[in-house]
Amino acid sequence: MITHNMFASHLQPNIATEAPKKTSTRVGYGEGLLEAGKRDQHVVALCCDLTESTKTDAFAKEFPKRFVQIGIAEQNLASVGSGMAAMGKIPFIASYAAFSPGRNWEQIRTTIAYNNSNVKIVGAHAGISVGPDGATHQMTEDIAIMRAMPNMIVIAPADVHEARKMTLAVAKHVGPVYFRLGRSDTPVVTTPESPFEIGKAELLYTKTPGREKNIGIVVTGSLLYNALIAAVELEKEGIGVSVLHMATIKPLDTEALLALASTHDALVTVEEHQIIGGLGSAVAEYLSGTKPTRIERIGINDSFGQSGEPDELVAHYGMDIPSIVSAARRLY
Amino acid sequence: MKYLTGEEVRALELKANEIRQSIIEMLTEAGSGHTAGPLGMADVFTLLYFAVLKHDPKNPDWDERDRLILSNGHICPVLYATMAHAGYFPVEELMTLRKLGTRLQGHPHRQTLPGLETSSGPLGSGLSQAVGMALAERINNPYSAKYFYCLTGDGELDEGQIWEALLLAGKEKLNNLIMIVDRNGIQIDGYTKDVMPLEPLAEKFASFNFDVQEVDGHNMRALNDAIGKAQAVYSQPSVIIAHTVAAKGVDVFERDFRWHGNPPGKGPEDRVPKDKQAEVALQKLRTLAGMITSHDHS
Repeated sequence: MITHNMFASHLQPNIATEAPKKTSTRVGYGEGLLEAGKRDQHVVALCCDLTESTKTDAFAKEFPKRFVQIGIAEQNLASVGSGMAAMGKIPFIASYAAFSPGRNWEQIRTTIAYNNSNVKIVGAHAGISVGPDGATHQMTEDIAIMRAMPNMIVIAPADVHEARKMTLAVAKHVGPVYFRLGRSDTPVVTTPESPFEIGKAELLYTKTPGREKNIGIVVTGSLLYNALIAAVELEKEGIGVSVLHMATIKPLDTEALLALASTHDALVTVEEHQIIGGLGSAVAEYLSGTKPTRIERIGINDSFGQSGEPDELVAHYGMDIPSIVSAARRLY
Repeated sequence: MKYLTGEEVRALELKANEIRQSIIEMLTEAGSGHTAGPLGMADVFTLLYFAVLKHDPKNPDWDERDRLILSNGHICPVLYATMAHAGYFPVEELMTLRKLGTRLQGHPHRQTLPGLETSSGPLGSGLSQAVGMALAERINNPYSAKYFYCLTGDGELDEGQIWEALLLAGKEKLNNLIMIVDRNGIQIDGYTKDVMPLEPLAEKFASFNFDVQEVDGHNMRALNDAIGKAQAVYSQPSVIIAHTVAAKGVDVFERDFRWHGNPPGKGPEDRVPKDKQAEVALQKLRTLAGMITSHDHS
């Protein structure tokens, strides 16, 4: 029997029984940026001709002198941001993830990460759920290329509330941060009261005790809802399932991960990203040296995306609820 | 802008000569690194650090300092040598260049050496950083007296990012930004006119809404005048195209692109055998130093 209290108490009520509200994580970023700008006059925003779609527009309107329109020039975006940070500013540099960090990875590496520069890199339209724009605009390698970079923190917020809180936390944190945002409206799972701390994973669904089979799901970004509903489905089949929400991919919350691996037979990782180099890789890298664990990795399997509606694409590339359920079953 | 007396010019030329000797010594000790660019830019660096910049070597983080952003990081031997002679760190430390644990990395690393404004090496990103600094300063203090000097190579201008930064600087009318281009005409693969022609370069900069000056990069007074004029430009960023001779000061190395990326001891052998290159270079520089006289008559 499934009871509501298996969900963390700070989440939206009735997640398992009611259709979720949907908003995009980029909206949460826009709200958080405006709020961060009001709290700290050193916050500045830079954008590459994508002010409305990256949701930088509210900040730009409120603080026109603290907004720099860079034009379509992502390499310049990264290094101008580094220069502003050298003068004490807290720059949020925004474009689509396919272009930043996709195009300007070296400028980020040398002028931001190597300088340990206080720049926040905002990768909008990450993942395959960008939809009809197709593979050129669906960034599915950003976690891999950014987490390999020394000094860099990498975050994928789950929903609009978490994106807002993350933006505020990132503005306060001193040092380079990359975070990815989604284009499409995705389920709202957390609430304004849900905790967010950089580097800390949250156990959002706890398994029923005493089950013979136990699976841990580790998820990042807006597939959190799919992971939670998959957990409910699997619990109905008699499998004990816990869901660990790993908003920060680097640094990995190894304590929470080790605790999960120690109390479950096998893990499923879930991300809207290539399975090469992303969250699943990070989890496998850590556990292979500490607690070798069987892992099924859900994500895009070494291919490019294509045009389609977001939900169609998530299903087509095997990241929907049935895909997660099947992956868990494969572990037995 | 400050007028330079003949004695001051002479002192600067002697200092530049000492810095060139340090460059030869540190590169020889390191066994790798770039020779032509550092020797060619020694006069520009000497003038900046000893006559132009507002800075305090004993307080490298002084907030009111001017910023010097080296974009073509591979010529850092001249930056390190000039900083050491200016008092940022002991001259002896120059001999640690490129060695394990050194603060003098093969390409500059801001995190290790106080007084560096950025890390650089990959070409084309320094100007963007200088633009960012100049923009931030305008937000921080509209009445600021700081200048942002960005030094680039000429081969470096092949990089597309340079032109992105030029567009933004022109758009934002950053009159606190002064770009100085080391126009020595060489890059690794050959002469810039063959690898990727840049001319008409002055016209290109002008069309990006920069104030443009061309100057002899070895003439202290001409350089000083050009910087003074650049500081006075109203509502435009400035660029000074400094015409330099690659490897200036060591005539047997000069104007030869094969000296771009080799240290003394590992350069082309047709004029000086490898084992004599350092010794000959130092000898030439010492001879030149003896010929430097007061410029009061000029």
